[in-house]
Amino acid sequence: MSLFRTILFVAALAGIGAGLVGSAIHLFTTVPLILAAETFEGAGEAPALATTDAHEHAPGTAAHSHDEEEWGPADGLERNGLTIVFTVLTGFGFALLLVAASEVMGGLKGWHQGLLWGLAGFAAFTLAPGLGLPPELPAMPAADLAARQAWWIATVAATAGGLALIAFGRSPLLAALGVALIVAPHVIGAPQPESHESPIPEALHHSFVVASVGASFVFWVLLGGLAGWLRPRFAAPSA
Amino acid sequence: METAMQNRAGATAASHDSLASRTVQITLAALLGVFVLGGVGFSHISAVHNATHDVRHANAFPCH
Repeated sequence: MSLFRTILFVAALAGIGAGLVGSAIHLFTTVPLILAAETFEGAGEAPALATTDAHEHAPGTAAHSHDEEEWGPADGLERNGLTIVFTVLTGFGFALLLVAASEVMGGLKGWHQGLLWGLAGFAAFTLAPGLGLPPELPAMPAADLAARQAWWIATVAATAGGLALIAFGRSPLLAALGVALIVAPHVIGAPQPESHESPIPEALHHSFVVASVGASFVFWVLLGGLAGWLRPRFAAPSA
Repeated sequence: METAMQNRAGATAASHDSLASRTVQITLAALLGVFVLGGVGFSHISAVHNATHDVRHANAFPCH
């Protein structure tokens, strides 16, 4: 089997496994909190708009006010079904990156090694960007979307690169460079809204951050462990 | 252990792949990953955003 197909199959199966478990956790933990937050959206519209112009961009507003012109899934089965589908797709995407990166280092040898890669993925894709841009609920004030996306991507790349230098670099200098790379995005700082004043109760947001980070931890451990367990089984020669 | 033997054989087969071929295949797989995540987590298209809304919030992708 070609290397590309090996990566594809391992990532697809790991993504389906971690995505199904992850979406089940989300549907019982984070999603009810998102729905609860949306009830504050109407009430919070005035202060939110007053504090930041960025929040009123069209897609977001449409998603929550359920504008007739914009398509959105119906609440319930359709909306939750899409959450399951897209969590699985997210798992596939993350697994492709994880497995591809691990192939550079010779490929995952088993579940234990995969689990360590999963922890690195959790650090790079959840912990690091989450320090500057914590998981946020609808109706919360936020800085410009494009700026936050750029900071998120740069932070993930710097953290992943830094972790790789620490794990695989063979000199203290490279490790120090890795540490600097990991710290740099937080020294620069994430784009913040002009005001953090929010209609969302702090307790609700706190519960959401805990649920989101916790679900992500389980998701990444499972994704890495599954990928590591599957990889040797797919790398068997056939061509 | 059959799988262990397959592992070794697989590792040997993999090492016969040229470095260039491995690089291309790994890069393609990673690009596919970036494409999938870009679609789910970063799309500015309104309908896509609405469909992936809860996933984006739940996974702390910058949403809106």
